[in-house]
Amino acid sequence: MAISRRDLLKGVASGGLLLASGISPVEAAMSNELPPQAVGILYDATLCIGCKACMVNCKQSNCQPGGALYREGMKSPPYESKGPKGNEGIWDAPQELSGKTLNIIKVYKNGTGENKDTAVNGYAFFKQQCLHCVTPACASVCPAGAFKKDPENGVVSYIEGKCIGCRYCQLACPFGVPRYEWDAAWPAVRKCQLCNHRYKEGKFSACAETCPTGATIFGKVRELREEARRRLALKPGTEYAFPIQTLASREKNRRPVAKYADGVYGLNEAGGTQNMMLSGISFELLGFSKDIRKSALPDLTWAYIAKIPWVFAGVFLGGTTIYKITHRGDKGDSHD
Amino acid sequence: MIDVEKYVGPRLGGVIRKLMNTEHSDHLGITMKTPFTLVLVVLICGAAVAAIYRLIFGIGPASNLSDLWPWGLWIAFDVLGGVAMAAGGFLIAAAVYILNWKKYKCICRASILNAFFGYLLAAISICLDIGRSFVIWHPMVMWQVNSIMFIVAIHVVLYTSTLATESSPMVFEKLGMNRALDRVNRLMVGIVLFGVLLSLLHQSSLGAVYLIAPGKLSPLWYSTYLPYMFLVSAIMMGISMVSFETLLTGKVFNHEPPREVVLGLARGVLITGGVYFAMKIGHLITGPGFGAVLDGSFLGNLWLLEMAVGVVLPLVLLSFRSVRTNFDRIFMVNILVIVGVLQNRLNVGIFGVSEFATRAGGDYFPSTMEWMLTVGMIAFAILGFKVCAKYLNLFPETHH
Repeated sequence: MAISRRDLLKGVASGGLLLASGISPVEAAMSNELPPQAVGILYDATLCIGCKACMVNCKQSNCQPGGALYREGMKSPPYESKGPKGNEGIWDAPQELSGKTLNIIKVYKNGTGENKDTAVNGYAFFKQQCLHCVTPACASVCPAGAFKKDPENGVVSYIEGKCIGCRYCQLACPFGVPRYEWDAAWPAVRKCQLCNHRYKEGKFSACAETCPTGATIFGKVRELREEARRRLALKPGTEYAFPIQTLASREKNRRPVAKYADGVYGLNEAGGTQNMMLSGISFELLGFSKDIRKSALPDLTWAYIAKIPWVFAGVFLGGTTIYKITHRGDKGDSHD
Repeated sequence: MIDVEKYVGPRLGGVIRKLMNTEHSDHLGITMKTPFTLVLVVLICGAAVAAIYRLIFGIGPASNLSDLWPWGLWIAFDVLGGVAMAAGGFLIAAAVYILNWKKYKCICRASILNAFFGYLLAAISICLDIGRSFVIWHPMVMWQVNSIMFIVAIHVVLYTSTLATESSPMVFEKLGMNRALDRVNRLMVGIVLFGVLLSLLHQSSLGAVYLIAPGKLSPLWYSTYLPYMFLVSAIMMGISMVSFETLLTGKVFNHEPPREVVLGLARGVLITGGVYFAMKIGHLITGPGFGAVLDGSFLGNLWLLEMAVGVVLPLVLLSFRSVRTNFDRIFMVNILVIVGVLQNRLNVGIFGVSEFATRAGGDYFPSTMEWMLTVGMIAFAILGFKVCAKYLNLFPETHH
């Protein structure tokens, strides 16, 4: 035969090097920068009255074509009418985020539950939904690229056609956001997409659109961050005109500023998120974990992945060298 | 015997007759018609039922997994455990073909076949674990190089094919396909090298899967060195597995396991076990501290269990010459190592994330379907190995 073992080894080794050099680590790593036109939500728990209007509008709007819950041929939104006693199919009463619910208002209660936004003997509302990370873990772990962060507005959206259903996104998301359609034979992952299907009609997130008190407002992330800092800097009790729906809105909710605990949730968590929260009681009491890393999570895996080309090169070069050394003496033996 | 050529034609019939010829393995005394085989077949049928149920009705009805507990038995045992059990394949192949350690040649085929079944277990289980089994090929065409899962998927496919190629000489030899045999043998060194590369990456990348979840995986297991701990523990377990399987086939088939091979493998376990022990203790000191495992907590106890059974006890036992040179004692140590490392994989895959999940209200115990599939897949591997031992020349140097 024309190919000798020596030639073959040469071929294998150079092929390995070629493969190794073909993967350029710098280009492939994810960006940790906030996109230029990033949009998001600022949720101020001290303004929330727990009316759940945002949940109603969220479910309706996302069951329109393009929405995050939309499925072709669906007759009604996927209501979750089981749960509380006496509610057999009467009203939508989700208990948790789920494959049918992208946004939920929950209540914290302690002791007598008399005073709003107080940790002891008080109560507080809080909102759970996708926070749209600047460097989303879900997008970085998906083996098929079924999550996409929009390069302009930064919305993290899900591409159902690519998903294989491995649920690594669920493990990776530090906030426990992506939810799975466990009861479906061909399930999809569901999560908030900031109503990105409504932008071209000039509309914005359904939850912010319908919030009567301005607890949830939609806007550019950079402006929302400023607004959050402004509120934190105000003295509790001073009157402030809280904008309703969006930052630029002319409609305001004039009321005294409550006392905020902690800072802005979402500035540094997991490397920063496009949705942010303010609260009168500590976020930990509301169930938002404190031990979420303050830097981008995909960096943790990238440190490992960036070494792979070197392993390629090392194994082929090292292996070939060792083979040559260990097989110096013997010629022409068959190795089966 | 049935005249197969009469039913399927001379060509196919000839192939089947060649495959059914067991002359070379008659001395092993393998009988297929035993009650044990029947049990295995029943278990495999159970797994088939579970698999079909899962494909028709979906992952939700078939398993007890939930949003808070997205991965369970199939990932922790079948995938993490199955792949770790298969590490022996690349090690023995590298020892024989690259390092030219000729004494291990007699167990090379068996170790590679063993690895092949380990990977098959992982591949079939992951195929059924994902919610959309029929589009499992998506990662192959939709490359996403930031994802460890993509790297894992590529490796499962490539390495399972590599193992099949490494095993193919046995089949070609049997069928008398000398040209194909010659070609595979000619390429074997390159294939083995490729297998080593894939295994190093794959074993470690299974640990790297958890790198992105520092807030979920308990600090008792989470470490930026988790990929390397996975690799070293897989090597330790892989050697034990090869030794276990060599001794077991020696017990159940009529052939004497070569002494210097078994003793050499025991030394290998001792060395890699020592390295692994140092890594684990190093992680404990630099990370959560001794207090975290000695506080009597559920997870602390699991950590101690995993280390006692899989690392400390085997190392202590192997440090005695009387153990290191005795087949039956080595056999017991191998079982300890295998159980201990499997416990480690369950700790990482299931128990390690339990604190996060239960805090959020999640609970998990594998469903009947999940058990049926896992148990049936193990039965499939055992039966498959037995069939191959009977019909293929698995132990080339023990006959004649």
